[in-house]
Formats: sequence, C-alpha cells, structure tokens
Amino acid sequence: MTYLPPTPSHTVGPFYGYALPFPGGGDIAPRERSDAITLHGYVYDGAGEPVPDALVEFWQADPGGSVAGAPGSMRRDPVTGGFLGRDGVAFTGFGRVPTDADGHYAVRTLPPGAPTVPYISVCVFARGLTHHLFTRAYLAEGPDALLASLTPERRATLIARPEPHRTHRFDIRLQGEEETVFLDFA
Amino acid sequence: MTLTQADIDGELAEIRAGHEKARAAGASVAHHPPRDFPPYRSSLLRHPKQPLVAVRRDPETVELSGPVFGRTDVTELDHDLTRQHAGEPLGERITVSGRLLDSAGRPVRGQLVELWQANASGRYAHRRDQHPAPLDPNFTGVGRVLTGDDGSYRFTTIKPGAYPWRNHENAWRPAHIHFSLFGSAFTQRLVTQMYFPGDPLLAYDPILQSVTDDAARARLVAAYDHSLSRPEQSLGYRWDIVLDGPSATWIEEGR
Ligand SMILES: [Fe+3]
Repeated sequence: MTYLPPTPSHTVGPFYGYALPFPGGGDIAPRERSDAITLHGYVYDGAGEPVPDALVEFWQADPGGSVAGAPGSMRRDPVTGGFLGRDGVAFTGFGRVPTDADGHYAVRTLPPGAPTVPYISVCVFARGLTHHLFTRAYLAEGPDALLASLTPERRATLIARPEPHRTHRFDIRLQGEEETVFLDFA
Repeated sequence: MTLTQADIDGELAEIRAGHEKARAAGASVAHHPPRDFPPYRSSLLRHPKQPLVAVRRDPETVELSGPVFGRTDVTELDHDLTRQHAGEPLGERITVSGRLLDSAGRPVRGQLVELWQANASGRYAHRRDQHPAPLDPNFTGVGRVLTGDDGSYRFTTIKPGAYPWRNHENAWRPAHIHFSLFGSAFTQRLVTQMYFPGDPLLAYDPILQSVTDDAARARLVAAYDHSLSRPEQSLGYRWDIVLDGPSATWIEEGR
C-alpha cells in the first residue's frame, strides 16, 4: 500500500484577513429559516487574552443528518469577481469566520441532525498556531463516546451553553485553565 | 532584551539536536511542527498544554466527511493573480502547479485550493501590514481554483518578496505563498506555506524551521520545473501537496 508522507502544516499567519474570510461566511443557515440557531463565543490565549486574529471554521450535518454538504458556501460573481453570498436555499454545512477585535465569533446555522448527540465540528487557525486545532461544540449532553471518555471538567469545555433566542455560547481556550479539549483523528 | 538571530539560531539548533536524538532512540518522524515551538514567539500562549484527545473513528464521525465546493465557488480568473486588475502587476511572473493527493496517493478531485501572498515587494494587501514596501495597485495576491480529475491545480502569479517581521531583531520571512486546502474529509484540512528553492533565508526562518524533520521541511519547498515555464511569460514551479488524516473511504476499506 502506498503511503505518501504529508505536507507539513504551517500557521495561517496574521495576514489571511483579505484572503480567507468571505461575506456570509457565518451565515450557514439559509435565509428565512425559523429553526436557525446562533453559535458564538470568544477565543482566548493562555494569558486569558482574547485572540483577535483567529480564523474559525465549522462543519456539520444538516438537520436531516446528512453530511453530504453542498457547494456554494463562497459563491462568486463572474461579472465583478466579487462574492455573491450563498444562494439562500442550499445548506452547505460549512462556515468560516475570523474573530473580531474582541476575539469574538458568531455563526448562524441550522441544528445538526446527526449523530445522536448533536455537535458542530470546529477547526481553529491563528497566528502563532503552527497546526490547526479541531474541537466540537456539542449542543446537548448525552451518550457519546468522546464525552464519556472525559472528566466532567474537561467535558464541560465541549458543551455549548444554551442562551435565550436559540443561541449557544461556545468559548475556545487555546491554553491554560479550562483549556478546551482538542481532538486527534489520526 | 531583544532577541537576535543568533539567539534564535541557537534555539533552533538545540531543538534540532533533540529531534535527531529522539529519532535515533526510535521516535517516529514528526511530519508536522510541534504547536509549542518557542523560537516562533507567537506560539507560546497559543498552544494547548493538554494532550489532544483521540477520537475513535466510526461511521458516525462527522469529521470523516467534509465541505464540498463547486463551480459556483470560483470564477474563471481566480487562478490567475496577474489578471485581476486593469494593469499588469510588478514582479517576476510565475506558474505554480502540482497535484493534491491523499496519503494513499489518490488524487483529491474537484476540491478548493486557496492561496494568498505578498506582492513582489514583500507587502500584503492587508491594512495591518506596516512593512514600508510599496503596495501594487495591480496585485491583490488572492487566488482560488478547483482541482482537476487528477488532483492537479495551476496558478499564475508573481513571485512574492521576502518581508520583515517582529519575531526577533532582523527577522525576515523567506518568500512564500500561503495555501489552504480541503480534502474529502474535514480531518484532512490543511493550511500551509510553499517556499522557493535556493532562498538563502530558509535556514533563518523559525516558521519553516518549526518543521524539525529535514525531509518533511524539504516538502514545503517547490521545485523549479522548466517544463512548466512558458516562453516569454513565466517561470514554472512544481509543488505537490499531500493531505494527512483519515477520510470516510478509509473506513469503507476497513483501514
Ligand atoms: Fe506570509
């Protein structure tokens, strides 16, 4: 069996901001969906300071549990070369947002329909982070192999806290006390 | 106390020696940089201190699938960074081409490749880039393309310049192009940087040197390929990219 050694990872650096974020990157939910939820939070470093130059990506199942995804997250305009935004109908399952000057991010999406304990997969990039980090924002607690394998304190870092108006708070701590659980899929 | 390049070189040599010792003692190759890499100062407060938690793979694992992109996500000119403005950008025109593969050597088809870079003077079209090198009104430095059926991609751009940064005194980044890649699974996600062969700055750069394995580091340097050079037009560089991490097809094949 062939095995090709991988291309090494590198930091996203400080200057991705004019290249990777795109308009509507956090609007994963199609327009006019009354079942849309908001997932938001802050990214902190090991000193507890907000990280204003992180890039956060999201991937999830649709409400029916499908992980097929759909193209069109960053639909382009062939006339101007700019961005058209999503088509307002398709659910692509993918989102990407930079943190703001307060280290805050927010996405509006649909509740994932699978697996049994629903979660949104999160991938964090930042200046100073040589290799991205995966975590999960669980929207509920329940019987889940990963959650079950963690101590209550560690498990708590993966549970998005419900807030009013179908909003869930999910902070990401890169280091230090209450450091978020990051995942290895290798 | 300001850190000098000599201080950084000393730290790098020490880390490299440690890596070689670990290898001699039977440690497996570290293909990726450690997240805790003190010579790259910004890593100090931005790496987790707890070990990563292994996720058992089962077909329910959402991360074994991933985002898809299609022809609505790119325009015809996105792969040619020299034609995105009214005029010609300054600098040496280059073609960068290669294949996007998974670790089993299979092409990653129809996936999105994004790149971004500084202009020929080493300046990013980013408000926070304070390097007093000129902006080029005819160059933004952002490109996108979908891979072909054989996993191939191709960009036309200009060779980026080196630029200074504040990691230590007299710190310079070698010329590089940032790449963002998707595989067939979210687990295969990769953001990295491509370098140019023969660049004298490669040895001094704590970001490139954070990849401690020599062979792994060499994979970040493109090869000059005369067959990719176009007469009267551009110089060619070949750079193949291999994605790490499992995908859903690995489960199907019982791996
Ligand atoms: Fe750069």
